[in-house]
Amino acid sequence: MDLHQLWTILSLPDNVPIVLLLFVVPFYTWYGLRQAFANDRLIEQLESDPAMAKTHHRKVQPYKPGWAREVHVWPYLLRIEFLAAIIVTVILMVWSITLNAPLEEPSNPTLTMNPSKAPWYFLGLQEMLVYFDPWMAGVVMPSLIIVGLMVIPYIDTNPLGNGYYTYKQRKFSILTFIFGFIVLWVSMIVIGTLIRGPGWMWFWPGTTWDHNRLIFEVNRDLPDIFGITGRLGKIIFGAIVVGLYLGAAGVLIHKLITKTAFNRKIYKRMSVLQYVVMQTFLVIMLALPVKILVRLMFRIKYIWVTPWFNI
Amino acid sequence: MAETNGHDGKPASAGTPADGGGNGSGSAGNGGGKLQAVIAGAKATQARAIEELKETIKAPEKTDVWKSVLRVKHDETPRSRALGVLSNVFLHLHPAKVNRDAVAYNYTWGMGGMTFYVYITLVFTGTLLMFYYHPSKIVAFRDILYLESDVPFGKLLRNMHRWGAHLMVIMVELHMFRVFLTGSYKKPREFNWVVGVLLLVLTLLLSFTGYLLPDDQLGFWAVTVGTNMARATPLLGHAGPFGPQLGMTPFNDVRFGLLGGSIVDANALLRAYIWHCVAIPIIASAFMVVHFWRVRKDGGISGPAPVMLESEIKDVRKI
Repeated sequence: MDLHQLWTILSLPDNVPIVLLLFVVPFYTWYGLRQAFANDRLIEQLESDPAMAKTHHRKVQPYKPGWAREVHVWPYLLRIEFLAAIIVTVILMVWSITLNAPLEEPSNPTLTMNPSKAPWYFLGLQEMLVYFDPWMAGVVMPSLIIVGLMVIPYIDTNPLGNGYYTYKQRKFSILTFIFGFIVLWVSMIVIGTLIRGPGWMWFWPGTTWDHNRLIFEVNRDLPDIFGITGRLGKIIFGAIVVGLYLGAAGVLIHKLITKTAFNRKIYKRMSVLQYVVMQTFLVIMLALPVKILVRLMFRIKYIWVTPWFNI
Repeated sequence: MAETNGHDGKPASAGTPADGGGNGSGSAGNGGGKLQAVIAGAKATQARAIEELKETIKAPEKTDVWKSVLRVKHDETPRSRALGVLSNVFLHLHPAKVNRDAVAYNYTWGMGGMTFYVYITLVFTGTLLMFYYHPSKIVAFRDILYLESDVPFGKLLRNMHRWGAHLMVIMVELHMFRVFLTGSYKKPREFNWVVGVLLLVLTLLLSFTGYLLPDDQLGFWAVTVGTNMARATPLLGHAGPFGPQLGMTPFNDVRFGLLGGSIVDANALLRAYIWHCVAIPIIASAFMVVHFWRVRKDGGISGPAPVMLESEIKDVRKI
């Protein structure tokens, strides 16, 4: 156990945001879901008691009949904003006084840093480079993440959960977002920061970063395993396998979308266009963990080998 | 406006000593009496001035200067409280009143507002940093050293800018997480979510372009790694799918356009500087204006709204 190495990584000034992320993301996930579960209990209560549903003010916040529904922004909101501004300023000041921003040697194109890492918020994308070629990990996937986030409001046809925390009424969308945000985005950033060492090799926290370490990985392409050698054969074989994945993933996602009676109700509200867009993005999103598993479990580098691109 | 305030007292009191002085030069015999009258007049003026000052200090809000600045009366009435927000250019994005549960921290986590505040802090510290920085390969790194060692509070300034940037990225992501968990992107706020996603991208780009500016090994290699991705852009990059077939080389592809060259060098530094300090802040500010304006136009903050039950779902209207 090399605690010094662990401390060197954790105390690197630019890694401090990741350490912060390790605390705030779980905290706010818990904080949001706790309110979601409280609302779910209220919803259950109201659904089982129609008389109560008519009279209840339908929030978990305390309420008394005489209370005004609205409060003045001055001072009730502005004082909170003022306080928040002061607190953020204090945090930023203390952080800036106690910790110096990193400044390394002058840039030198002839001296490559090892590991040479992108800024922390792009480390998820850099980590993706292990599993996909740069055109996929660096260009196609980021573009799809941006467009995919943008289309969310237009493909989510579930009218429930608008303006309040809930888990029960939006299970599928919440689990999908948490999967995308925490599992695929934040945890990949954490892996890229804390675990990837020289040569972008995997070093468990606490092990020494050995610059001379070599890994003898025999990464194979899927067509080679099946003994397909011709160029045309590889192209056709890869296209078939990718097509099979798209079909299987599509069926799996369709099963998930139409699993419960409530999900089927929401599914019926979707237009064909909405359904196709949703399937496209979810199938591509699922391709990332699938490729990671294929790579880690079977040591397969490419599935579809062509002269122009490899997947 | 200030002159109007003094108008009642000052010209009148200033007149008395002037008259006395004029007459005094004519006849020497009346000199003693005249002098006393002048002193008495001056004392009265002084007493009056003190009285006026006391009143002004006691109730500054009654002066014309005050009224001219704040435009409306601010007394303890609900109307004044509302006007205090609505007639203030910095506060007028707020409504006069909000849902009483919406001010609770647990619903919004305050992330959107704090992000904006950190952005303002970054603009402020960034502008100050620009006074000490030249985006040129020869002096950029030295400017940082100079900033850290010789400029008063230079180190604090740079630290605040750096950590503020990281904080903003974290806050933007958490803000998005909260908006998703509360379903706030649903009708009628769909488009504002789209604007928000663009702002997230702009935040990351702002942070990324700033990374190169110190011109040290950290920034240089981070940007090299980042922009190397661009050469693999399908169709538009010289190492991307179908790029070579379309005639892409390291000297005409999208990466060349980003860096102003085929390697991260002086042109890349200048481009990063202009994107970081001028172009992206302007674009981001424009989107922020739209974002905040849409928050109001879409009915203010989304909740906490009363929960809706499954039995209350209305059938979707088919076009």
